[in-house]
Amino acid sequence: MIDVMKHESLKITNLHVAVEGKPILHGVNLEIRRGETHALMGPNGSGKSTLGFAVAGHPKYEVTEGTIELCGETINDWSPDKRARQGVFMAFQRPMAIPGVKMADFLRHATTNVRRPDRKEGEDLIPMREFRKELRGKMEQLKMDMEFARRYVNDGFSGGEMKRAEILQLAMLMPKFAILDETDSGLDADAVRLASESIAQIGGDEMGILIITHHDKLLEHNTPDYTHVMLGGRIVETAGKELAEELHSQGYDRVRADYPEAAEAELGVRS
Amino acid sequence: MATDSIATIGEINKYDFRTETKAVFKARKGIDAEIVRQISDMKDEPEWMLKFRLRSLEIFESKPMPRWGGAIDLDFQNIYYYLKPTDGQGRTWDEVPEEIKETFDRLGIPQAEKKYLAGVKAQFESEVVYGSLQEDLGKKGVIFTDTDTAVREHPELLREYFAKIISPDDNKFAALNSAVWSGGSFIYVPKGVKIEFPLQAYFRINAENMGQFERTLIIVDEGAEVHYVEGCTAPMYTTESLHSAVVEIIVKKHARCRYTTIQNWANNIYNLVTKRAMAYEGALMEWIDGNLGSKLTMKYPAVYMMEPGARGEILSIAFSSAGQHQDAGAKVVHCAPDTSSRIVSKSISKNGGRSSYRGLCKVMKGATNSRSSVVCDALILDSESRSDTYPYIEVDEADVSIGHEASVSRIGEEQMFYLTSRGLTEPEASTMIVNGFIEPLIKELPMEYAVEMNRLIELQMEGSVG
Repeated sequence: MIDVMKHESLKITNLHVAVEGKPILHGVNLEIRRGETHALMGPNGSGKSTLGFAVAGHPKYEVTEGTIELCGETINDWSPDKRARQGVFMAFQRPMAIPGVKMADFLRHATTNVRRPDRKEGEDLIPMREFRKELRGKMEQLKMDMEFARRYVNDGFSGGEMKRAEILQLAMLMPKFAILDETDSGLDADAVRLASESIAQIGGDEMGILIITHHDKLLEHNTPDYTHVMLGGRIVETAGKELAEELHSQGYDRVRADYPEAAEAELGVRS
Repeated sequence: MATDSIATIGEINKYDFRTETKAVFKARKGIDAEIVRQISDMKDEPEWMLKFRLRSLEIFESKPMPRWGGAIDLDFQNIYYYLKPTDGQGRTWDEVPEEIKETFDRLGIPQAEKKYLAGVKAQFESEVVYGSLQEDLGKKGVIFTDTDTAVREHPELLREYFAKIISPDDNKFAALNSAVWSGGSFIYVPKGVKIEFPLQAYFRINAENMGQFERTLIIVDEGAEVHYVEGCTAPMYTTESLHSAVVEIIVKKHARCRYTTIQNWANNIYNLVTKRAMAYEGALMEWIDGNLGSKLTMKYPAVYMMEPGARGEILSIAFSSAGQHQDAGAKVVHCAPDTSSRIVSKSISKNGGRSSYRGLCKVMKGATNSRSSVVCDALILDSESRSDTYPYIEVDEADVSIGHEASVSRIGEEQMFYLTSRGLTEPEASTMIVNGFIEPLIKELPMEYAVEMNRLIELQMEGSVG
């Protein structure tokens, strides 16, 4: 990897986020450099997805304190599309259906905008032939049937199909930083293995990846450089891959016992 | 919107230009018996037609304004009811006065004619100024002319059906049209003749305070097929204009007729139209009704299924933006056994626009084994806009199957976020959602019209943002 990329990072400092006035994150600190893989684990309701939405710029997730920086620039005020065009991507746990819009048309539009961040509305998209060729290549790599591209975005997709569609988007958009929110949930063991391999292949050594997961299967081919545990809206512990293994096999009781204050906040969030 | 290019602004104004013309004849403003006589006189009509007009005028004057639908704030005495733009009709575009020819050039009519049309009629104000029909169709006995010419040249055929499907008593605006009608298309497709390419009529209102009252009659004989398309535009004025047409269609045994409308009137035009078809044994009538323009549209294309096996399909798309009310819908009337109908309506409301679906499904006693399905979906883009559904179902027969589904949705914040998080701007994302919403209807259109419809909807989306 080129040296300069190593210095590019997604840096989250003292991030506080509220949803509809209710505080969820209470000061999260996290820095992901390009080429690194981070795992983010934690019980349901600890704020993992909230972190993802806040970074991607969902208008309902209000940053009340702290900063999100992308390659040195504060992006707190950026629109979601600007964040995407500058290299941020989130794979949704529950992607939205857009009936009547074909995957291929949606992807062509999105890919054009992300590759040409200065593109104005109405300007030409990537030429159809060129786009189709690339899409076909990526779909073959992911062992997806071309028929998939003609279906409407997430409309009537099975859980597994939705997750694969998210991975296809990741492969086409090639962001600098990707947050994968439970891309393994709802998949059977084989599908998780395939997803894990695909993500490793797409990510290579230039993408910074944050994998939000409950399991260690998705990490099989994506060995985390760091594993973070989130509890009650804070990251309470950071270690290597051995932490992911521990949490997967033994759950969060030890963490709750070690961080009673965060565990109490967790109850607050849940109630 | 700020990021929009000049080119797009030009596009929005594509239809909004005025043509300087010297009218051959312009009746004074207002409506009364004198004006009606003058129109009939100008057209050198037979006595029966003059009597029909005068009787219709009385009906118009006696009927109250409709108390339902949209608000009609129109001064009938401030409208020009007849404006004759040229002397006679051109058979080639070169025979059409230069400034009017240029108008249709800018609207792309001659180009479309060369590419994919079997025949064209172009109406400017009150009269058809240009007409063509492929030679081989004429030889097969197909008639495609303006209705005034049909009164002179095909009197028997015309009189057999004229005002038989929509009588002047039907409603106030049908009566008005019957009194002052001018122009419109008359089509006869002989037995077994299938016209491969569409016949198209284009209606242009150019003058201010203009009333356009075309009258169309289409007769599709046994086993014949035709696809008729109409487009309509006008420049924008600050005062109101009126378009009030009557369209009557007869689809005989095992014949098929498809009637496509792409209505893009300027937002100062009241569009109050009566359209009705009678379908006979095993026949199919399809209305494809796209309403994008006008200040207020009240239009409910109808299919009466008169004999066993008749079918009716109505696909309706309405888009209303600021200052617009589309009160559109459909009527299906099952008068015979084994008839079937389908209504699919999609409406989009944006920037304070209002869309209403108003539909009737009626099954008469004895129309056993009839089937009808109605699906109407509304999409509302913001909190200022409005959508209403008025479905009327009257069933006098037990042995039938009627299905009705309606949905109203708002573009969700989650859908928008999903698309914008992939790099689409908000306007791009909402346009994409709208295009997806109407996609099931668009894909039933012939390619050229699907492209046109998509383009118009994109213009509506863009135009109303900034």
